[in-house]
Amino acid sequence: MIGGAFRYEFLQAYRLRSELVNPVVFFVMVCAMFPLALGSNAQLLAPLASGIVWVAAVLATMLSLDQMFRQDFDDGILEQMELSEVPFYQIVAFKILAHWCLTGLPLVILSPLLAMMLYMPAESYLSLIIGLLIGTPILSLIGAIGAALTVKIRRGNIVLALLVMPLYVPILIFGSTAPLMAAEGIVPAAQLLWLAAILVLMATIAPLAAALSLRVNIYGS
Amino acid sequence: MYFDSFTDFIAMGGHGTFVWMAYACFLMVIIWNLVSPAIRRRQVLESARRYWRRVDAESQSTESPS
Amino acid sequence: MNWVWFHKWASPKWFFQKTDALVLWFGFLCLILLTVGTVWGLAFAPEDFKQGNSFRIFYIHVPSAILAQSIFMAMAISAAVGLIWRIKLAHIFVEVAAPIGASITLLALLTGAIWGKPTWGTWWVWDARLTSTLIQFFIYLGIISLYQAIENRDTASKATAIACLVGIVNLPIIKFSVNWWNTLHQPATFKLTEAPSMATEMWVPGLIMMIGFYLFFAYLVLIRMRSEVLEREKRSAWVREYLEKKDVL
Repeated sequence: MIGGAFRYEFLQAYRLRSELVNPVVFFVMVCAMFPLALGSNAQLLAPLASGIVWVAAVLATMLSLDQMFRQDFDDGILEQMELSEVPFYQIVAFKILAHWCLTGLPLVILSPLLAMMLYMPAESYLSLIIGLLIGTPILSLIGAIGAALTVKIRRGNIVLALLVMPLYVPILIFGSTAPLMAAEGIVPAAQLLWLAAILVLMATIAPLAAALSLRVNIYGS
Repeated sequence: MYFDSFTDFIAMGGHGTFVWMAYACFLMVIIWNLVSPAIRRRQVLESARRYWRRVDAESQSTESPS
Repeated sequence: MNWVWFHKWASPKWFFQKTDALVLWFGFLCLILLTVGTVWGLAFAPEDFKQGNSFRIFYIHVPSAILAQSIFMAMAISAAVGLIWRIKLAHIFVEVAAPIGASITLLALLTGAIWGKPTWGTWWVWDARLTSTLIQFFIYLGIISLYQAIENRDTASKATAIACLVGIVNLPIIKFSVNWWNTLHQPATFKLTEAPSMATEMWVPGLIMMIGFYLFFAYLVLIRMRSEVLEREKRSAWVREYLEKKDVL
């Protein structure tokens, strides 16, 4: 069932593979815009590097959230999934996981490259990657709740962004300060552990909340 | 009264602009919060009135022998 | 325990009829308290040793900041009640309290910024409390826009309720992270001067304003809820009687 769920998601994504690169391209472009806007002074960019990468990752994830449920909702497939014997929250959980594999994971893989372009100090790389590795799934999970709530709204992107932005703040704060601490020689255990704790919390409640929200939208009440 | 004169009260020891700006914001928020529901209430009463007028009119036109 | 009273209040008609007198009482009381508190705070309370007369902004800023949080807490509880027991009035409360909460949060932000200028020398500072209040403001805006964006009213109510609950669960995490972030980037000198060792003449008007603010919120919520009940139940006979009594029909 797991393999089947993933195959379905990846097949869907493959059919729209031109859309797949959008978050990644956006991520790279945003990171590239900062040196263009601020000047390529290494001393200026280095302390900003982790913040820029994180903000770009958050924005790129927000852009991709809409695709999580909307296509299947509009086609009626989501309703069929809801009616099947498989518990709905499990299906939703796999959808979120597949979404992360297709959007969050590429961001994590690309992040060292972009960090280098922004002159991030060498000691920060590991905490940036680990932070993004733990943090981007949280972004997908929280974003899934927002996407589920707004799936019926026609141009729901703005409402989605407004809903989900405040909830992203803690992840942004913890994620972006970890590399800064590492650059000063302090092991950012606190931040990364906090991210891990939030990940566990969200992994438990987000699929349930998203499933509930999708049900509300499918059945109208 | 903490202040010696009315001019002192307005000046607030140099901080007058800030204190009165803050209280002006307070007043504006209060006014908005009083006006907005009043407008809504009038809309609702109007909508309810129109509904019952229509119901009455329809029941009158169907009251004739049927 | 007898829970009949709980379910009685769930009836829109009962709610409407029982709150008729309550609205007037709340309105009257909050008018008195807010007037007394404002006059006392502006004209009679002593000025602060360090901040001078700009301290008087405290009497608006602190009650509104506290109320901003309390309103959201009340919305979250109401959202849970509405989802679990399917009580429409609870959903109406959430819908109606959101714009009030947003305006009070905006008041807290504006007065905080205005207070900051003479006290800290700058209009905006990324103080932990101001930043949390800013995020709270965005949460309110998100909930308001979510409710307005969904066409079906029942779906909108339920979606908003879920959003409220998600918000309240995340709120402690958000506040903790902002506090932590603030201690990292700011020197500890930026603290809101409300030391507990405040003279009685200073905090009593504050208490009066606090209660006045809460009553003001109760008054506004009741008015708005009653309008919404009238709108939803307008096809009922009791609404017609009410309209006739009010000489509207």
